[in-house]
Amino acid sequence: MNTAKASKGLSIKTRRIIAHATLILITFLCLFWFYVLIINATRSNGEMTRGFSPLPSTHLLDNWRNLLAGTLPVWSGMFNSIFIATCTAALSVYFSAMTAYAIHAYDFKFKKAIFTFIMMIMMIPTQVTSLGFLQLIGKMKLDDTFIPLIVPQIAAPITFFYMKQYLESTLPLSIVEAARIDGSGEFRTFNSIVLPLMKPALSVQAIFTFVTSWNNYFIPALVLHTDSRKTLPILIAQLRSADFLKFDMGQVYVMIAFSIFPVVIVYLILSKFIIQGIALGGVKG
Amino acid sequence: MEKIKRKRGKVVSYNKWGYFFLIPFATVYIIFQLVPLVSTFYNSFFENYRSGLMQVGPNFIGLENYKTLFSTPDIWIYVKNTLIMWVMCFIPQIIVSLLLASWFADPQLRVKCAGFFKTVIYMPNLIMASAFAMLFFTLFSDSGPINSILMQIGLLEQPFKFLSNVWGTRTLVAFMNFLMWFGNTTILLMAGMMGIDPALFEAASVDGATSTQTFYKVTLPMLRPILIYVIITSLIGGLQLFDVPQVLTNGTGEPMRSSMTLIMYLNKHLFSKNYGMGGALSVFMFFITGILSLFVYQFSNKKND
Repeated sequence: MNTAKASKGLSIKTRRIIAHATLILITFLCLFWFYVLIINATRSNGEMTRGFSPLPSTHLLDNWRNLLAGTLPVWSGMFNSIFIATCTAALSVYFSAMTAYAIHAYDFKFKKAIFTFIMMIMMIPTQVTSLGFLQLIGKMKLDDTFIPLIVPQIAAPITFFYMKQYLESTLPLSIVEAARIDGSGEFRTFNSIVLPLMKPALSVQAIFTFVTSWNNYFIPALVLHTDSRKTLPILIAQLRSADFLKFDMGQVYVMIAFSIFPVVIVYLILSKFIIQGIALGGVKG
Repeated sequence: MEKIKRKRGKVVSYNKWGYFFLIPFATVYIIFQLVPLVSTFYNSFFENYRSGLMQVGPNFIGLENYKTLFSTPDIWIYVKNTLIMWVMCFIPQIIVSLLLASWFADPQLRVKCAGFFKTVIYMPNLIMASAFAMLFFTLFSDSGPINSILMQIGLLEQPFKFLSNVWGTRTLVAFMNFLMWFGNTTILLMAGMMGIDPALFEAASVDGATSTQTFYKVTLPMLRPILIYVIITSLIGGLQLFDVPQVLTNGTGEPMRSSMTLIMYLNKHLFSKNYGMGGALSVFMFFITGILSLFVYQFSNKKND
């Protein structure tokens, strides 16, 4: 039987070699760009015009200082991005958990209908309602503020769905019953018993919501107009529309690195946890 | 579900709390999603734009915006561009993801450093798309590092103008999206493959099936639902293609509007406050994504039951 197998298909050894070679090639395809980014962030504009070199140079700090001395509000961009992403993650995760708990733990009229409705709107992109959204925040005098970027994320169907899946697999309702017998109010039960039990799901979704908000470009670019309120993706796009040939390329690379690496570092620390999280939820992207 | 029903008698007095806990979601959803949706529809029936400093409208014109939208060739060019770039990204993505997922899920193969590889392939998904596009713009510019490397190793004599070439630009957009999404797809497919009953693989191996045969006759048919889910969610994502081509081409969709996507077109209308046409375009996209969402809903529903 073994000989029959070998003659019909590739041997396990050959398959292992092919698999590993492909994986190494793909790893290269994923990482090469970031390698060039790091190298070029350390080189001066003059060095770069002379062509690519695979070795880093010594101008990282110069490029960084030049970038800060320039017109781009880098620090405020970073601060705004962190502020918006943190608030979004906190609100979105907390209220999604609350919504999931409402659907999971209680039995009321329209429960099925509400759940079906949320599932149906889950995949509708925000872009298709952005026109009405912009008009609305104009009327509410919220244009050029952070509120329209943060508060609407309280209603996040994908986060809700993940939380609901998690509750179904982990929260026995007998715990809720026990809390009731001990005289805990419903709101307190949710905050002090259910939420701690949901910690793994909360943190996975907090990371995803944070990253999505951090990277978001479409809506912030339409909402924020004042330079000091802009987030990093908008600044990057501005860099693109600046007459870049006159620009110092060293600064451009440092700016890109500055926007990318905070997320990469956090990801590398938490990667195992994040990758388990994606498979767990099944719905993302 | 049954658990809740059994306890119904005991819980019943608490059930009004369900509504209470739904208030934040419902309020925010109605204000920031439903109202804008309705007003987007409403806007699409009005003539409302700015020409220079003059504000025209809003005047009710019925379906005129839709007529204009569908009778000018623009929208069809952008639909075509969006779909071309999606296909160019999706076909390699699904092939590579299926291959990688089947390798990761195959216990016989014992992939070394699987954790490391998974970490690496998922990483581009978390990168800021606009920064990634800006990076590729600088790397692939006429005097950028890629041209410099290709000339140093003697593959090119003259720099290749990736961004002045229709297929060069489209390939770059598709390639970036491929890099950003294949890791995610691989992990979803892998989770699906892990869920297949191992007895099926054992039976196939006892019957003397090769790994290729097992893949086509066992793995693929068993993965069908999750594959359909991946295709449709990817198509919905593909229709939203914006950040990468917007930053790469500085919003122009150059060369010759060949990389202009539907959302870039919408973005243009929104920036120039052309609300009538923007509304019609939004409604068009709402229906397309809505129909596709119904398929996803059916899938998730099946999985839930």
